[in-house]
Amino acid sequence: MFLQQVINGFASGGIYTLVALGLTLVYGVLKILHIAHAGIYALGAYLALIAYRIYPNIYFAFAFAMVGTAIGGYLVQKYLYWPILDKPRIVPLIASIGLFLALEELYRLIWGPYVIPFPQKFHWKSYNLGHIRLPGSDLFVFALSLFFLFILYWIVNRTKVGLAMRAVSDDKEVAEASGIDSKWIIALSFIIGSALAGAAGLMVGVYYNSIYPTMGDVPAYKSLAIIVVGGMGSIEGTVIAGFGLGLLEALLIGYLPFAFPRDALAFIAMIIFLLIKPEGLFSR
Amino acid sequence: MNYYLTILIYMGINSILALSLNIIVGYAGQISLGHAAFYGVGAYTSALIATKLGVSFWVALPAAIVMTAFIGAILGLPSLRVSEDFLAITTIGINFVVQATFKYVKFFGGALGVSGIPFPSIGHHNLSLAEFALMTTIFTVLAAIITYWVSVSWIGLGLKAVREDELAASSSGVNVYKFKVLAFIIGSALAGLAGSLYAHFMMFITADDFSFPLSITILSMIVIGGIGTVRGAFLGAILLTILPELFRPLANYRMLVYAILLILFMRFLPEGLIGDESILWKKLTRKA
Repeated sequence: MFLQQVINGFASGGIYTLVALGLTLVYGVLKILHIAHAGIYALGAYLALIAYRIYPNIYFAFAFAMVGTAIGGYLVQKYLYWPILDKPRIVPLIASIGLFLALEELYRLIWGPYVIPFPQKFHWKSYNLGHIRLPGSDLFVFALSLFFLFILYWIVNRTKVGLAMRAVSDDKEVAEASGIDSKWIIALSFIIGSALAGAAGLMVGVYYNSIYPTMGDVPAYKSLAIIVVGGMGSIEGTVIAGFGLGLLEALLIGYLPFAFPRDALAFIAMIIFLLIKPEGLFSR
Repeated sequence: MNYYLTILIYMGINSILALSLNIIVGYAGQISLGHAAFYGVGAYTSALIATKLGVSFWVALPAAIVMTAFIGAILGLPSLRVSEDFLAITTIGINFVVQATFKYVKFFGGALGVSGIPFPSIGHHNLSLAEFALMTTIFTVLAAIITYWVSVSWIGLGLKAVREDELAASSSGVNVYKFKVLAFIIGSALAGLAGSLYAHFMMFITADDFSFPLSITILSMIVIGGIGTVRGAFLGAILLTILPELFRPLANYRMLVYAILLILFMRFLPEGLIGDESILWKKLTRKA
């Protein structure tokens, strides 16, 4: 029972982490709270739906969703955030909330307010380890999130582009003075982050077999809590906080004697954490 | 007639909410995305002591204001520890936690909310709708006077100093902590007033009346009107009360239109319609 909760926690933690990483990348280079990121995540799920109607293949769906959300992220930063960067910080924040609301409404108007099941049924095998049952769907989500995390880790830490991203997020002016095209790096952070969110949206669509307009609500606020606890812009912190939240939720929901909504739990944990350590796990 | 009176009452309540948030966000510069939580605390305090202790509206209202001011002081404490973006997220969190507490704790009525809240009365005479509207208007004017006084008094100076540059303010001897908490206390107290009016007007409240989207709506009012000004808060509150009524035939697209307006304002007119830096206000004041 305990281990099963842990595995379940790792699966949802993996998804939280993927969504929150996009926010972390964006916050790192732009210092903007990109709330509309969760709208991009839901877009990933709907794009996968379209892809399946064109050609029913899971790899094609992944590619379609990720390319689509990457383009979406690029357009958002170019036409919404870039022009208002020098305004007071509340301006991009409200613009982002507005965009998130608008996206959700668009999805509702286009695809209807109801839950759409994922077009392909996956028959998950369960694996037995002693008397612990490992559900195949949990393993699928967990393994895929690890895969994406690894790719991101490799890009950020082992490539020249990653070096430039780290430089811009440390100090934009100095990075520009050393010949880095910060405009392109910022765009790239949005592209990578949005593609990750698109993949996460697809995975959640498959995992819960449901896609609906407000599916971004819960991840939107949870990933905010995660990047705060992780230390605002720190990738390691985000990964630890993301998996930590998934585990904490799974265990608390399993053992708490009274009913309390998962979403509020994340925030209570965050507020308590912030009062103890206001700069987050890995502050920059 | 009743329809217009109801709209007038909503306009009053929304104006008080916008004015109160303006003290925290506009004057003190503390980004708060959870104002509906304070509004809810006011409404629930008023509703619970009126239904459980059987006291009248005239006792419940001041009690709600005091209680909300107290809660505001406590929930304002994170603003001392964390800053800017951290505070924005913390206040979203506060909104969710407060809403969940109302919804899941039996004492607060749970998912069913609180019903049977008495409509205000004087002696044995129940207030008519028109009388309630008049009372709301009086409270709105009072709230406007208080906010205006706050903005021009020593408090306003202190708040603006904190908003413009916290470090510079504190090194010139301004007690930053005191002014931040003061902003949350005054802002919350006024939100509590609005909450009490709402509870006794609706006579029935649930936790979902005070959710996060409402916080965003209140914030949009002051942003669209012009942040940091009394006139802007009024204009924003009035517009955002009337517009949904005008858009009623397009109810299905209402939220979309509203969200797009928000984006367009931020993109092209972030100083609001009649804020201090807006083109419209500059033109108006130059002629005068």
